[in-house]
Amino acid sequence: MSETERTNREESKRLPTGAASVIAALENAGVEAAFGVQGGAIMPVYDALYASDIHHVTMAHEQGAAHAADAYGAVTGDPGVCLATSGPGATNLVTGIADADMDSEPLLALTGQVATDMVGNDAFQEADTTGITRPVTKASYFASDPDTVGDTVGEAFELARQGRQGPTLVDLPKDVSNAEDVAEPGPATGPETQVVPDEADPEAVSEAAHALANAEKPVILAGGGVIKGEATAELRRFAIEHEIPVVTTMPGVGAFDETHDLAMEMAGMHGTGYANMAITHCDVMLAVGTRFDDRLTGGVDTFAPEAEIIHVDIDPSEISKNIHADYPLVGDASRVLRQLEDAVPRTPDADGWRDQCLHWKEEYPMDYDAPEDEPLKPQFVVEAFDEATPEDTIVTTGVGQHQMWAVQYWTFTQPRTWISSHGLGTMGYGLPAAIGAKVAAPDQEVVCFDGDGSFLMTMQGLAVAVRENLDITVCVLNNEAVGMVRQWQDAFFEGRRMASEYPWAPDFATLAEAFGAQGLTLSEYDDVADTVAAARDYDGPSVIDCQIDPREDVYPMVASGGANGLFALQEDHL
Amino acid sequence: MTGELPGPAPEERPHPTARRNEQGIRIDPDAASELETRREVISALVDHEPGVLAEVSGLFARRQFNIESLTVGPTATGGLARMTIVVEETDPGVEQVKRQLRKLVPVHAVRELTAATERELALIKVDDDDPAGVAAVAEMYGGEAVEAGAEVVTVELTGTESEIDAAIDAFERFGVREIARTGTAALAGGTDFTAAESTTTDD
Repeated sequence: MSETERTNREESKRLPTGAASVIAALENAGVEAAFGVQGGAIMPVYDALYASDIHHVTMAHEQGAAHAADAYGAVTGDPGVCLATSGPGATNLVTGIADADMDSEPLLALTGQVATDMVGNDAFQEADTTGITRPVTKASYFASDPDTVGDTVGEAFELARQGRQGPTLVDLPKDVSNAEDVAEPGPATGPETQVVPDEADPEAVSEAAHALANAEKPVILAGGGVIKGEATAELRRFAIEHEIPVVTTMPGVGAFDETHDLAMEMAGMHGTGYANMAITHCDVMLAVGTRFDDRLTGGVDTFAPEAEIIHVDIDPSEISKNIHADYPLVGDASRVLRQLEDAVPRTPDADGWRDQCLHWKEEYPMDYDAPEDEPLKPQFVVEAFDEATPEDTIVTTGVGQHQMWAVQYWTFTQPRTWISSHGLGTMGYGLPAAIGAKVAAPDQEVVCFDGDGSFLMTMQGLAVAVRENLDITVCVLNNEAVGMVRQWQDAFFEGRRMASEYPWAPDFATLAEAFGAQGLTLSEYDDVADTVAAARDYDGPSVIDCQIDPREDVYPMVASGGANGLFALQEDHL
Repeated sequence: MTGELPGPAPEERPHPTARRNEQGIRIDPDAASELETRREVISALVDHEPGVLAEVSGLFARRQFNIESLTVGPTATGGLARMTIVVEETDPGVEQVKRQLRKLVPVHAVRELTAATERELALIKVDDDDPAGVAAVAEMYGGEAVEAGAEVVTVELTGTESEIDAAIDAFERFGVREIARTGTAALAGGTDFTAAESTTTDD
């Protein structure tokens, strides 16, 4: 901003403190809710929040604040806001910020900092927050000027929302927040150095469209960018119009309606057999908004080895990062899909391929045995919840076997209903994410499938859910183990179950009651429907301690770095 | 453990024979394919402010980019600095370097410099047992003695990286005690504007 602009603004309107400017910037951005924990250096900001209409959800731990804000962003599409104090408050946020970075979730973190003249002195609760968070954010700002602190917050919010979304952070030294008589923030804009792609190069689009029209075995791979780019409608229309089977990544779950014939569902390590067959044998892949993560590709050498890749992404650095793009299309997913729709000369002649894909769906069904005389199968519980709840129910999870059963056996039909920790794989994500999702969408049901190991990591959030009277259900698929680790130990470490069995975990139903939530226990098939109903009927948070068959493993499974087409259907295939 | 699913076992399924290389490029599986690395000079125009060097060097470290040298200094435009980074990467690696750099908020423009003017400064401290010999070699490489002490002489040299390498080799016979090199600074050739944004090869 020029000197004149600054002078004009200073004359136009003043705010009492730097902290008031921070809150004004949030209000200008339309922020309605924020998640955080109080503490010394952030107190001035909280004091300014006192007079604001922003709904502040006091969390029990900063990690939960970051996950709740992340899920709020995933559900609404706008940055979720979290606050923490300096030092340990900020470092506790880091896991949640890194999680948002890996999953491109819009998030704005505001952290307190010691006063600027103390920075570098190892002052009480000082940590190099911008230094620590720079590798896991789109940008990490140190706000040193009270007259521009609100502008910096506005810029960070816009940056989190624009282009490829992601987390940003503004570190707020106490003297900057406390400074009196400061300029009010101007209209928020993203950083001037950032270019946000919109349309892809028309010539490149035309070449890609012709490659697709000439395909004999086309597949669409829908990534999380389809959902974040609000391109779900365009993608569905394109796939159905041209009868192209659709595979999704894990963050892409919900981009396509899993009840549709063309839905091959999730591919990758624990994807369906038919999705992995489809990506292994396709000859042209239209990949939209995906970064070709290793859990999707398996070994790069055997990933879609016969396919020409059309890669649509808003972030040019994802082009040919992991998988070479034969047809790179840099742009906004919904715009580029509309461009492709206009440019594609005809529907590919691929009837035989479609029949083959449908045949694979029959050949590799997601079936499981559920004998009445054996312990409860987790897949059955997931399906029972799915059947009992409305279409727009939001599912959150922790990380591990329960997460895979949830994504495999819940039938997702709508975007922004599958909220999970995909890239970072953060155990403990589920409950705080359920809190964030419920605050974002109070009219939608929210179910958190958790594992006993994951739930133990962030269960203090129950206190928050009870205080806020959030009507959520946590279904702990309890196998008395960190089950995915146990599964790998059985498969790859000759069954040496080092530190993976959790028979010492507490009684989760009693624990829930202690927090003031409803606690339920489930272990019999005959009780599943009633227990699901009891959890849904209860006005407030419920926890179901669901005692499942501890022997159950997750299949299909592609060994780490292996070929997707070699997915194992049982342990001796590995 | 339980959880098995129905369907043909892995060996009963059809499998494509095609393959990709480490860069995810489809290759002829019978032909060996190793992508060669190349030396590339990358110029970035950045905000001249605290933390930018840490941000750039952190990016290079965490993404395992091979960096040979990095220099930074002010430009003719106030508030902006130029970073000249020499990398040793494959073609896709060079593209990644440029694209990842461009995403950083303090980075205004990034480009590869081909046909650039490149120079590096070196200070070489050698034993002064043969002053005439040292002076002759210094002259041959366009350098000059900038400090002569009791036992040592320090020679200043400017040139391309390979010229400096050659000069250091030549000084070895006098006994090199210490060397300080700045790394490469570079400007685009002719009227070509160094700060202009480069287009990448495949977008």
